[in-house]
Amino acid sequence: MTEWWTYRLSDFLMFSARTYRRLFELHNADLWPLPVIAGIGGALALVVAWRRRHLSARATSMALTVLAAAWLWVAWAFQLQRYAAINTAGPWFAAAFALEALLLVAAGLASLRSSSEPPASGRRWGLGLFAFAVLAYPWLGLLFGRPLSQAEVFGIAPDPTALGTLGVLLLTSQPGDAIVARRALALAWPIPLLWCAVSGATLWAMEAPEAPLLPVLAAIAVTVAVRSSRANRAA
Amino acid sequence: MVKPSRSIARRFVLRQLALGLGTAWTPWVGAQAPPKGPVALKPIPSTGEMLPVVGLGTWITFNVGNDRAARDACADVMKAFFEAGGRMIDSSPMYGSSQPVVGHGLARLGLAARVFAADKVWTSSGARGPGQVEESRRHWNIARFDLLQVHNLLGWEEQLPMLFSMKQAGRLRYVGITTSEGRRHREIEDVMRRHPLDFVQVTYNLLDREVEQRILPLARERGIAVIANRPFREGALLRDLQRHRLPAWAAEVDCASWAQVALKFIVSHPALACAIPATSSVGHVRENMAAATGRMPDAALRQRIAAHVDAL
Repeated sequence: MTEWWTYRLSDFLMFSARTYRRLFELHNADLWPLPVIAGIGGALALVVAWRRRHLSARATSMALTVLAAAWLWVAWAFQLQRYAAINTAGPWFAAAFALEALLLVAAGLASLRSSSEPPASGRRWGLGLFAFAVLAYPWLGLLFGRPLSQAEVFGIAPDPTALGTLGVLLLTSQPGDAIVARRALALAWPIPLLWCAVSGATLWAMEAPEAPLLPVLAAIAVTVAVRSSRANRAA
Repeated sequence: MVKPSRSIARRFVLRQLALGLGTAWTPWVGAQAPPKGPVALKPIPSTGEMLPVVGLGTWITFNVGNDRAARDACADVMKAFFEAGGRMIDSSPMYGSSQPVVGHGLARLGLAARVFAADKVWTSSGARGPGQVEESRRHWNIARFDLLQVHNLLGWEEQLPMLFSMKQAGRLRYVGITTSEGRRHREIEDVMRRHPLDFVQVTYNLLDREVEQRILPLARERGIAVIANRPFREGALLRDLQRHRLPAWAAEVDCASWAQVALKFIVSHPALACAIPATSSVGHVRENMAAATGRMPDAALRQRIAAHVDAL
């Protein structure tokens, strides 16, 4: 691209906010009642994570594998089948989401070797982010005058899926992890973080009031992860 | 330079008159204004073919994906556009689903023969150019394009020869280049001087008037029709203007809104062939097309409009 410095963020926005919101409305309607089932499943997972302070290796692996399935599903059903119709970058987003699914599967396999309790801050923020993604995110649009039919649901839409994943990664990054597991989990971080940046930029270009939310929460997740990692090393 | 074809020009004028679409271009002067009438037309310099001075852009507004209701709404916009005398619809492979949405509208309305189909080639690969053009044609579901432009000059060294050879073979009627928001104007000028272009598309509106200095005079000198994109700066210009009262002089040129002032300012420039506002609203397309009727500002009023907007 020549004269790249003359481009603004809005120059890359190739669809209207109305078209973007309609994507979720049509997606939810086509998949109904899957969005409700996904919401209930996410809430149950949250209850389990809340009650079990100690995540076994098997539970960690299972959680990451289920998460991988969600990323693969969003890659195919949303990014490729729906978003790609209005965004030429859609196929690339789909590829990134599919890659994240692979990385989560790898992290799940690696996690079978380890388990111990995470530091309190990591657990608290992990649960908080996951709870926000599962319980609050679908209702967020109501605050800004959008109908519930356009709700973005964890495991169905990319934003809450990425955010919830950051929460799960905080929950599953444990001090006693073997180095292989730690590295595998670390590799699962960049794509959800990048997505939070991309989606935040898209919403910003659309002048959506919630635009800063995802980047800010992603930044908090990174901060918590770095601090937890340092605390673990110090211990 | 391609010589004007008088027979083609005559045929199109007759066709326009038969369709009841318009009269030849007249820059009406202030108070001696006649009532609103047919849509104003201007000639494409290279052939003399007459075109309505307001067209329809599709950036963002027609990129609605597979949303059936939204596609039908776009078809309604196209219907209102044609009913008001419009002809040129402009799209690009870069506009997401806009091309198939235009194709859907044309098929639903049965007006593929009426449209002046303007599209673009947008790839740096010379080898990919012909395939992309064919894919675009299939999306539009038309026999051939009227106008193909090299989008933002991307790979123009390879794409322009391809487009000129299509034109020579009768598979295309006009060739052009585009840019937007003031980018690569020097290069645009260079291409305009060295190649027999029929059209050049640039950003021109009440605030972005840099092209008045060199590109518009050069277009007149070289006999190149100019299409103005971003006439409302994607709506931002109108949002700003609508905070202010419409001046009394707007009525002198039959303008009932800032959108019409903005469009009449653009299309009344002698070098301009047409402006291509994009909209997803039937009301707005009617309002835009109404700007192609009635009295137009003369040079003095154009200066007054520009000064007024600069002072706001």
